[in-house]
Amino acid sequence: MNKTLLVFRREFAGYFATPLAAVFLVVFLAVSTGMTFFVASFFDRGQADLTAFFLWHPWLYLVLMPAIGMRLWAEERRSGTIELLMTLPVRPWQLVVGKWLAAWAFAGLALALTAPLWITVNYLGSPDNGVILASYIGSWLMAGSFLAIAACISALTKNQVLAFIGAVVAGFVFVMAGFDLVLSAVRPWAPDIIVQAIASMSFIGHFQRITDGVLEAPALIFFTSLIVFALWLNVQALEARKAA
Amino acid sequence: MVLVETRALVKRFGAFTAVDGVTFKVNRGEVVGFLGPNGAGKSTTMKIIAGFLEPTSGEAFVAGHDSQTDPVAARRRLGYLPEGAPAYPDMTVGAFLEFVAAMRGLSRADARNRLAELVERVDLAEVWNRRFEALSKGFKRRVGIAQALVHDPDVLILDEPTDGLDPNQKHEMRELIRTLAPNKAIVVSTHILEEVEAICTRAIVIARGKLLADATPAELLARAPEPDPERQRLVRTTRLEDAFRHITLETAGS
Repeated sequence: MNKTLLVFRREFAGYFATPLAAVFLVVFLAVSTGMTFFVASFFDRGQADLTAFFLWHPWLYLVLMPAIGMRLWAEERRSGTIELLMTLPVRPWQLVVGKWLAAWAFAGLALALTAPLWITVNYLGSPDNGVILASYIGSWLMAGSFLAIAACISALTKNQVLAFIGAVVAGFVFVMAGFDLVLSAVRPWAPDIIVQAIASMSFIGHFQRITDGVLEAPALIFFTSLIVFALWLNVQALEARKAA
Repeated sequence: MVLVETRALVKRFGAFTAVDGVTFKVNRGEVVGFLGPNGAGKSTTMKIIAGFLEPTSGEAFVAGHDSQTDPVAARRRLGYLPEGAPAYPDMTVGAFLEFVAAMRGLSRADARNRLAELVERVDLAEVWNRRFEALSKGFKRRVGIAQALVHDPDVLILDEPTDGLDPNQKHEMRELIRTLAPNKAIVVSTHILEEVEAICTRAIVIARGKLLADATPAELLARAPEPDPERQRLVRTTRLEDAFRHITLETAGS
């Protein structure tokens, strides 16, 4: 069988070997629906859509995706199994992709378990299911981006807590990229084109366009290329540790 | 036939030189004991041969394949037991060995046959369905050996295979290594000197990263100085221990 798929299977099963998976899924469902109903006032809006649900995803993922991704490499390094893994006759990218896919599939599962919300809005009214589908796809891609960043940072340390914090900080920069908090720090010294480039890296900006119902190439290309780039960095991080 | 070869291996970690110009060869049929004090560079050398670490300079070959420039081919021929015999704590022994077999490219049927044979040979039947983290040290070490033997490699690099085993288990491990020896090139690191006499055809002594001796156990014994009766009264040492102390302390010091 394909080596990437084998790594994927082992890693995915690894999430369920401990209560971690159940705890995570419960927290994810509780917080994501809790935000929808209590913070975004799903009912008061009186609209049959899931805007109130997707609105929070960038913030939710900022904390929850590093929690899924932090163990990917840090744990292998701490337990020494990385030596086994890296001396198997496989290429590092096969391991990197397999591990990330497992985390991404797990995030997908969490997302799929929110389906009752979708059923609810369809019961209450007649939402634009095309927009909802696009939002789910966009949300999953954004989760993949957070996870690729978390995996990459996890490869740099054997400490899961450090990996978590590093991934949250890196994710925060991407989430906030479109906001003045980040832009005003850059604007005084950087040329306009750089400021615009940073603004265009905003997770929220791209995600919002998708949830507005525009599943267009730029946002898809943005998230996909960010994932590819972060995974490439992940491979480089592993190679660099060999020479260290 | 040379199956393991290192050429002037050097590995530096910052200002610290862990391995300093180590060159040796291991032929098929040989069991080479890697001796040295703690921190001598034994594990680092083994990690470089296995391709887990990149040398600062020099080269390492497994069955003729450079472990840096041709890593996948080199690793196919290599079975490696890392220091501490790590494995995934939450996997069962069976699931873990099946995973390794599949990653090694064995088909399902081949893996089943091979693992059945290994379970017999390394005596893992009773823990097959137990999680790795729940195993005793002896069983963990045996799982590590089984993992290294799954694909019947030509080259075995075993980092302290008998560390933490009780005397009976040590004996079994040595027997296993002896039975494997004729068809493979085996490198075993250890601090247990009696092990060298028991299983090795050759011993390599390194200290502070430098290769100090590369000889048969008998030749090493010949290098032992006359025992000092004063010292012998306090703690009795074997001839091999005397030789080891002489080589690693006096030679390295001079």
